[in-house]
Amino acid sequence: MTVGLFIPCYVDQFYPGAAIACLELLEKLGVNVVYPKNQTCCGQPMANSGFEHLTHGCNELFIKNFAEFDYIVAPSGSCVLHVRDHLHDDAQPEKARHISERIYEFTSFLTDVLKVTSLPAKFPHKVGMHQSCHGQRGLHLSSMTELVAPDFSKPGSLLNMVEGLELVELSRKDECCGFGGTFCVAEEAVSVKMGKDRVADHLEHGAEYITGVDMSCLMHMEGILNRQGSKVKVLHIAQILNGE
Amino acid sequence: MTNETKDHSALADIFNKDEARVNWHDETLWWIRAKRDKAVHQLPEWEDLRETASRIKHNVLSNMSSYLQQFEANAIANGITVHWAADAKEHNQIVLSLLQKHSVTRMVKSKSMLTEECHLNEYLGENGVDVIDSDLGERIVQLAHEPPSHIVLPCIHKKKEEIGELFHQYLGTPAGNADPQFLTETARHHLRETFLTRRAALTGVNFAIAETGEFVVCTNEGNADMGAHLADVHIASMGFEKIIPERKHLSVFLRLLTRSATGQPITTYSSHFGKPRPGQEMHIVIVDNGRSVQLGREEFRNSLKCIRCGACMNTCPVYRRSGGHSYHNAISGPIGAILAPNLDMEKYADLPFASTLCGSCSNVCPVKIDIHDQLYKWRQVIVKNGYATKTKKAGMQVMTLTLSSPTIYHVGGKAGRWFMKHVPFAVNNKLNPWYKQRDMPEPPKESFGEWYSKNRKKS
Repeated sequence: MTVGLFIPCYVDQFYPGAAIACLELLEKLGVNVVYPKNQTCCGQPMANSGFEHLTHGCNELFIKNFAEFDYIVAPSGSCVLHVRDHLHDDAQPEKARHISERIYEFTSFLTDVLKVTSLPAKFPHKVGMHQSCHGQRGLHLSSMTELVAPDFSKPGSLLNMVEGLELVELSRKDECCGFGGTFCVAEEAVSVKMGKDRVADHLEHGAEYITGVDMSCLMHMEGILNRQGSKVKVLHIAQILNGE
Repeated sequence: MTNETKDHSALADIFNKDEARVNWHDETLWWIRAKRDKAVHQLPEWEDLRETASRIKHNVLSNMSSYLQQFEANAIANGITVHWAADAKEHNQIVLSLLQKHSVTRMVKSKSMLTEECHLNEYLGENGVDVIDSDLGERIVQLAHEPPSHIVLPCIHKKKEEIGELFHQYLGTPAGNADPQFLTETARHHLRETFLTRRAALTGVNFAIAETGEFVVCTNEGNADMGAHLADVHIASMGFEKIIPERKHLSVFLRLLTRSATGQPITTYSSHFGKPRPGQEMHIVIVDNGRSVQLGREEFRNSLKCIRCGACMNTCPVYRRSGGHSYHNAISGPIGAILAPNLDMEKYADLPFASTLCGSCSNVCPVKIDIHDQLYKWRQVIVKNGYATKTKKAGMQVMTLTLSSPTIYHVGGKAGRWFMKHVPFAVNNKLNPWYKQRDMPEPPKESFGEWYSKNRKKS
């Protein structure tokens, strides 16, 4: 099995540690991972701003980079959801469909494809898990509080395999952090207020770290934590699962 | 910019100047969302109910004209007069002409978001008719000369002290008294006089049943009934999408409506109006006002399934922190944001962008409207129709060019990287909205791509 590693643009540029952890853990689990060097972005920033019609170049490039892999894995629920829902190319529809069907968010690749049941990781800290909306409500990585359905959490089940890690309960289990792509600057006041409220929930419950499957949400919350002078850190879930 | 031309972001910014009020607003509505959760988790069949309701409405939307004609024929047979209004103006004219025919200059009205959409109160006021809203929340915003900020809880943005002040000013209660029970009792006495003296009453319609020609009005205060039962003329205004095929379908919708709205098992009063009582006139005004156009928009048709429960507002993290008035439309929140652009795409171009697309709205919707997907789709339609701002358009074109070209994207080194100069959370500049209340992420010494080239030799 060869996996193409898709690293979202902002993770590549700002959070190489999350990408490295993702790569290393997949390798430890025996997966042959290839990172196609000419990748850039899935096109979501344009599409969510109403410019999906401008994403053709991104789509073509994405297909060129990833069409040949058995699976494509990315440390982001949001980008994966975008590719699943919106990747298209009229000139090569089969390749686009292959990618949409074979692309996985990192934690669900571990639980659903690799069927991981134990991890050699240790993290003796109190951790708050942020449910990023696109992963949760879009990719169904976890149950949602709005629905009358059984409880489950794919990322949560992995965190529970980590020795010493204590997951804190939140008052609002799955409220949005307010990042929202270009929303974070277009609707600055509401975006920041949402972020402050989300961060406060984690702090009130004693979290030392906030983790999640999407670095974008974590970056937004980190910006608020740092401005507040808080000592609480954000870490991508791959970094915890990789035993750092 | 006047309030008229301010967009959602600007109005939300003003709302957020008072953080304590934002907290209070957020917590009040979250409490209702929590009540809703508690109520729906008591029904194991909840998701089946939602699916059933959605499918019934799907059938209605696919057979709209025949159900409406069936309803009209049965209503006429029951002795109800049926009027058809193509738009808001025609609706208002029909209501006025009915009042003038009976020389009525004072009318009592129970809650109807359709009449807000049509701006009926203003129109009647200009034409010498005094309207008193009998829903307590509606009455409060009417006294304050404000539009409702929420479709179910019209004055949810007002604190009890502010209501006490309004009652002091208009209804003569003692200054400084903000006791909810006292204020409600005052409103009750005040409205009792209104109910007894008004000869015409207007109500909304929650459900119109094609099979029987009857309509159902749901209120918690019984105010629709008080108005309609005492008046010589009862006018009911309905958007045409309120139709349901058969009476038995109420057993689905009535179970969903108030659990979703407030967490109650059922509305206090679900009143069936079948025919006028002897000596009374009963009129139904069936309104289009853009609904046919929306019905013809395949991607947005499902928005007409809405039963106006307000659950999407209560759950929306943006609505809770920006307030209903920031949507500058009669219907606010996520559902308002997908309905409004149909009425005026330019004026409401901002609303589909007032969302993080978190998807909570679609999950609570009792008729399973794909609200957040429609928000995404409206963004595409609005941009294609030329309603994106010029700077946004230029920015997007630069971004597209860069992100489709690995060469431009990878200009070497931290300082040279395109990303660091152009992406909002990377640009360290006090004019940058990211930086106003958030720190920048610290740029690492190398990107992952650079690290990979050094540490893995595979590709």
